[in-house]
Amino acid sequence: MFDQILQFVLTGVTVGATYALVALGFSIIYNASDVVNFAQGEFVMMGAMSAIAMSAGDGIPVFLSLPLAVLVTIGVGILLQRFAIAPARGASVVTTIIITIGASIFLRGVALLLWGKSIFAMPHFSGEQPIHIGKATLLPQNLWVMGGAAFLVLGVHWFFNHTTLGKAILACSCNRTAAQLVGINVGMMMLIAYGLSAFLGAMAGILVTPITFTSYDAGVMLGLKGFSAAILGGFGNPMGAVAGGILLGLIESLAAGLISSGYKDAIGFIILLLVLFFRPSGLFGKATSERV
Amino acid sequence: MNVRKILTTLTASLLLTLAAGQAPAAEPIKIGSFLAVTGGASFLGDPELKTLQMYIEEINAKGGVIGRQIELVHYDDGGSPKKSVNFAKRLIQKDKVDVIVGGSTSGSTLAVMPLVDRAKTPFISLAGSVKIISPVQYWTFKMPHTDAMAAAKIYGDMKQRGITKVALISGSGGFDKSGRTQSLQLARQYGIEIVSDESYGAKDTDMTAQLTKIRDTDAQAILNFGFGTGPAIVTKNVRQLGIDLPLYQSHGVASKKFIELAGDAAEGVRLPASALLVADMLPDSDPQKPVLLAYKNKFEAKYGPVSTFGGHAYDGLHIALEAIERAGSTDKAKVRDEIEKTRGFIGTGGIYNMSPRDHLGLSLKAFKMLEIKNGNWTIVK
Repeated sequence: MFDQILQFVLTGVTVGATYALVALGFSIIYNASDVVNFAQGEFVMMGAMSAIAMSAGDGIPVFLSLPLAVLVTIGVGILLQRFAIAPARGASVVTTIIITIGASIFLRGVALLLWGKSIFAMPHFSGEQPIHIGKATLLPQNLWVMGGAAFLVLGVHWFFNHTTLGKAILACSCNRTAAQLVGINVGMMMLIAYGLSAFLGAMAGILVTPITFTSYDAGVMLGLKGFSAAILGGFGNPMGAVAGGILLGLIESLAAGLISSGYKDAIGFIILLLVLFFRPSGLFGKATSERV
Repeated sequence: MNVRKILTTLTASLLLTLAAGQAPAAEPIKIGSFLAVTGGASFLGDPELKTLQMYIEEINAKGGVIGRQIELVHYDDGGSPKKSVNFAKRLIQKDKVDVIVGGSTSGSTLAVMPLVDRAKTPFISLAGSVKIISPVQYWTFKMPHTDAMAAAKIYGDMKQRGITKVALISGSGGFDKSGRTQSLQLARQYGIEIVSDESYGAKDTDMTAQLTKIRDTDAQAILNFGFGTGPAIVTKNVRQLGIDLPLYQSHGVASKKFIELAGDAAEGVRLPASALLVADMLPDSDPQKPVLLAYKNKFEAKYGPVSTFGGHAYDGLHIALEAIERAGSTDKAKVRDEIEKTRGFIGTGGIYNMSPRDHLGLSLKAFKMLEIKNGNWTIVK
């Protein structure tokens, strides 16, 4: 029984780490611009697909294609902000949500045209020899996912709390006009925020794709799960989003293992609803409208 | 209004002239088709349409059937049953086709069946579900193997290996669910006990939790009915967890893509599949071999890698045309009777022997049991 539970926990944390990275992307954009970006899952797909496309066949070597893919995705994020979100400044929340949903459908369409409907695989970073912990097993790639996620989360935390640039982005979210008055280039900060979440999405895609495979529509489910995780943790609280992601991964895995695999998604959503019922601002969200 | 009137008159007179010009030649045989050429099921409809067009062109070049040319009238239903019903109506009432060969998805086929029954038009379906032919419907036939046959083939192989306890894991898609139902129903008949019945979501990325549960049961083999990324992840997870049990997959993953995705983990996996997949490995004595190779080479020369789905269209078209040839006319009732009398037709799906009680006409022999060895298919004897 203990071995089983250990396996469920390991599985849950790996899956949860992916959700956490997507949820973190949601939080950053929401903090900087009050926009819920439903194209976040597509960033994950773009990162993975462009890396695979660039290194396919006689393409460039993998270690080069990965950073390039991340750059491509950051470019997509910046273009999204510049040409879809920025022109609609001052629009209501619903309008911007519709814009990002539209953007996600558009990105999926572009991926479909470029790469077709096939499923793609990516090589594991350091082999596929499972690591045994008691009777439970873990792939080296799972460690990459967990480690990569931890590293990125700490990095984001440091960026927002200890760099002028990070603090400037936060300033824009607190009070746009005041930020502009003290000389912060608000437009630029928005671009950086979108670039940063696209970066996180692309990294998540590259880290998990060796385990999960990818296809043009792989971002839909990840976007939804990341969104749920962000709500669970408290929307707009980056560390809450991370906790929400890992919690959601754990709930799903334990529910599948201990209760019923058919109802694991339902159990995840029931817990989400219960949390929202008792704590409308999420587990780690503050009741006031203060963010971060 | 006037312009339209003039145009109509012009078109009508043009048609009359054309008809008059061709008067000596007989009217063409009209084959109607509605296929999912675009949309989510386009991997079915696309090769099916290409196959129909390719062979109708070839047959016409050779002079057609019973001295008449063949005309294909086809519509793209995008995999939607609603559109299929509209297109089937149009095929029957407006285009007045002699026989329908089409229906890429089970949903489309099932929606159209009452319609062809009322219109008394022979209909050869290219979709998978067992519900299309069970119970038998007078005017409807079908070409592909059913998921029940896949389950039966797998259980037969398990029995030979002395496996009686099986853990079932399946996805949440339509194909997966239908396969699961058939597997559960057939198990008793083959003396097999299902000791675990797990499932996963269509887009899930990790099945180790479900497989850990299965590992702690007394199952002697794992059967995964699934489609898409799921089966490849299950296969990888099974090896990751160090589970040593034989792993069976369904015909849903019978493509090179599966081996590519699952990599080394796919070694030793067994699955039932159409003979088309292993055409060049069949012994020369196999009567299907020349048919399979001819179709494969012809399709691949023109369009690229062959799929079993296009093969269904090949079988459907040829069974329909042979029936018309035997009937000597396109009288719908006669053609229907002749389709039902199809015996020993060697197609890409197998050898068809239809009867009033069996509108599919394939036996379990139509499926080959394959095992993946060194990254390639091998036929299990």
